[in-house]
Amino acid sequence: MSTTSTIRTTSTTRRITAVVAATGLGLVVAACGSSGSGSGDEGSGSRTVTLVSHDSFAYTKDVLKEFEKKSGYKVRVLKDGDAGQAVNKAILTKDNPQGDVFFGVDNTLLSRALDNGLFQSYEAKGSDLIKPEYRADQDKHRVTPIDSGDICVNYDKVYFSEHDLAPPTSFDDLIKPAYKDLLVTENASTSSPGLGFLLGTAAKYGDGGWQDYWKKLKANGVKVVDGWEQAYNEEFSGSAGGKKAKADRPLVVSYASSPPAEVIYADPKPKTAPTGVATGTCFRQVEYAGLLSNAKNTEGGKALIDFLVGEPFQEDMPLNMFVYPVVEGAAVPESFTKYGPAAENPETLDPAKIADNRDEWVKSWTSLVLK
Amino acid sequence: MALPVAFFGVFFAYPVAAITARGLKTDGVWRFGRIWDVLAQPDIRHVLWFTTWQALASTALTLLIALPGAYVFARFDFRGKQILRAVVTVPFVLPTVVVGTAFLALLGRGGLLDELWGVRLDTTVWAILLAHVFFNYAVVVRTVGGLWSQLDPRQEEAARMLGASRFAAWRTVTLPALGPAVAAAALMVFLFTFTSFGVVQILGGPTFSTLEVEIYRQTSEIFDLSTAAVLTLVQFVAVGAILAVHAWTVRRRETALRLVDAATTARRPHGAGQWALLAGVLAVITVLLVLPLAVLVERSLDAPGFGYYKALTSDEGGLFLVPPIDAVGNSLRYALAATAIALLIGGLAAAALTRRDAGRLVRGFDALLMLPLGVSAVTVGFGFLIALDEPPLDLRSTWILVPLAQALVGVPFVVRTMLPVLRAVDGRLREAASVLGASPWRVWREVDLPMVRRALLIAAGFAFAVSLGEFGATVFIARPDNPTLPVAVARLLGRAGELNYGQAMALSTILMLVCAVALLLLERLRTDPRSDRTGEF
Repeated sequence: MSTTSTIRTTSTTRRITAVVAATGLGLVVAACGSSGSGSGDEGSGSRTVTLVSHDSFAYTKDVLKEFEKKSGYKVRVLKDGDAGQAVNKAILTKDNPQGDVFFGVDNTLLSRALDNGLFQSYEAKGSDLIKPEYRADQDKHRVTPIDSGDICVNYDKVYFSEHDLAPPTSFDDLIKPAYKDLLVTENASTSSPGLGFLLGTAAKYGDGGWQDYWKKLKANGVKVVDGWEQAYNEEFSGSAGGKKAKADRPLVVSYASSPPAEVIYADPKPKTAPTGVATGTCFRQVEYAGLLSNAKNTEGGKALIDFLVGEPFQEDMPLNMFVYPVVEGAAVPESFTKYGPAAENPETLDPAKIADNRDEWVKSWTSLVLK
Repeated sequence: MALPVAFFGVFFAYPVAAITARGLKTDGVWRFGRIWDVLAQPDIRHVLWFTTWQALASTALTLLIALPGAYVFARFDFRGKQILRAVVTVPFVLPTVVVGTAFLALLGRGGLLDELWGVRLDTTVWAILLAHVFFNYAVVVRTVGGLWSQLDPRQEEAARMLGASRFAAWRTVTLPALGPAVAAAALMVFLFTFTSFGVVQILGGPTFSTLEVEIYRQTSEIFDLSTAAVLTLVQFVAVGAILAVHAWTVRRRETALRLVDAATTARRPHGAGQWALLAGVLAVITVLLVLPLAVLVERSLDAPGFGYYKALTSDEGGLFLVPPIDAVGNSLRYALAATAIALLIGGLAAAALTRRDAGRLVRGFDALLMLPLGVSAVTVGFGFLIALDEPPLDLRSTWILVPLAQALVGVPFVVRTMLPVLRAVDGRLREAASVLGASPWRVWREVDLPMVRRALLIAAGFAFAVSLGEFGATVFIARPDNPTLPVAVARLLGRAGELNYGQAMALSTILMLVCAVALLLLERLRTDPRSDRTGEF
């Protein structure tokens, strides 16, 4: 270890780097020989392809192994924080990207990614099978839709049967006196389901009407908490956490796929889901993948995108990420169809419109609902 | 000295400068006008005001509640002391998401206070303040208690013999000696609470917003880097001011003290007053620290036959490619590496700072080392991304980045716990040893080390706990096949379904146990028993 000499501020950067490098080396040796996973595996060896994504990206090992075997590429996965963070980091590093493919930019952020030149054109093999309602950027093909999910109000079945009350089915229902003080939602400025719900109301009631709607919702006692975890696990009476926490809100803004999860992750499994979906309160989220503009391994990246829209991965997604496939013919697990009704005509918004208004909307929502 | 400076420069100053510059420079021109634009917004001013006052209030409350605890841990000997000392540090490692859960069970609807008196404190400022006490109790107990246990009680006794009342003796003898450690603890608590994020959001509700939250929003959601850069500068100024105040109060107080071995100063309490004090401190710890933790444990056991724990060993959940239980190993590996780095860098820095010939420049560096505690994790993270992206420093996807980032937070702890003790070592001892022909290394080994060993262990415990519970940096580059404990907990909670919730609780319980056991082992670390001499010759 270096001795502590009195400092003369003449240490050049080279010296600093050397010192740091030396420290780093010493540490690598010292740090109990961790499995040495992946340091220095730069994309230079073009047999490695790197996928950058957000925290929620999940898959089954075997599916990826299959791709590696078939294509001959080794896949590295980097997770870069929540959805918004991951996209922003990708934009910040677009000249010297961390990987070759980015997965997980959704329709609320799509325009930001495209306007900043994050992706290069690539039309995936098999993209003709993608259902038309999911397609985007049709003239340039910079992104490929991979999955979709719906943000909807969930209800606690037990509460509504005990109270002899029909669960709400639409945005309009939520402002009726019968449902006073029952709904909990998330902060639209920090939570993606919270934002989705706000966008759903903006799509439904238009630029002029959504603020009025929220005024009524506020008067009807909507509760806003910071994130989904808190809303669902602490405030919503239909979830496992909520039951333990004596939660008293039988309505929560969550996903259409939450009820199936409540069944799949219960032990023993109940015959029906304990929660339901208010099918007329949904906003559709679509997630896209794209080839990063300065990808080091474009060929590998293209192969990886082909794989993401291919049937094996499409059918692997639902039970790992609780999202729906976007290609024709990809099977959805039975538990999804059985316990989670599909949304009826979910609200959608053009990504460009979201990009233009999002910050303004969130700002006025904040002063309207939180202040 | 070169090593700490290099470390700090490369892994903190450079990345933060890079991301701030990115925000304030457009087309190669600096736009300092942005600063006034941002500061002119009433919302931002409101956030700044709230951030500052809640941090000050949290610090005051933490000192008020934790200082008696520091005294009890330092001066009394009672059964289970070591275990309790480890337990009070446990909150430090818990992810805020989980702490939110625990506290809501205490303060929220149907919580303990609600059952007893019908009081609900969630979504009030009180919830935020109490959670900050919960998190930072250990900071005060460990930094202040560490020094307190080494103060020679005979000095106070001498004052009593000379006719001073008990209180006067304490005020004139002990308090001045403790000053630097109390100031250091207060500073750290302030910096922690000033950059509080999860606690404020979860317990205060979305109506409360701190600077840290605002920076996160501007960076992650709105992608307005110039506003984020201005807020980062504001954070710098605020933290800088606090550091200046701290330096000014401490510099006039640090004097050589008579330090003795901690083992000789603790006694069994005698007399009703001391027993009452001990009972009071234990009651506070039980209600404020143990109870929230117990809620988590209770919820983790809520399935027949340890069902949630059993689920942790299967990799069928799909969230990770490995059974969640593997996160324990990952966390420990990172924490060991981070502790090693923090001790090395922090130890060198502390040694350099106590040299008699340390000039103003070096003293200034003392304050700089504290900055990482007061700067937003998001800022540092994004800075890493754009600054450390070229060889030889392309560390973006290497595992070493995680312990390095964690050590950045650990180093200030190491420096702050060691400095008061090191500066209290009488320089004449070192001089005497040198005169007798000892090499500098040997002087350090024979004179300083025995005195600072305790501080070193306390510091190591902190660095370890910081790393174990650290979330921000880990999220960055945690790959799907090696999640750490806090990351795994957060991901499990981010998903519907009873088993996920239960596993999150079980994993949090394991995280607490790992932390407590690791700290206990550290407490028991005894170097060569022959060096167990007191610091008197």
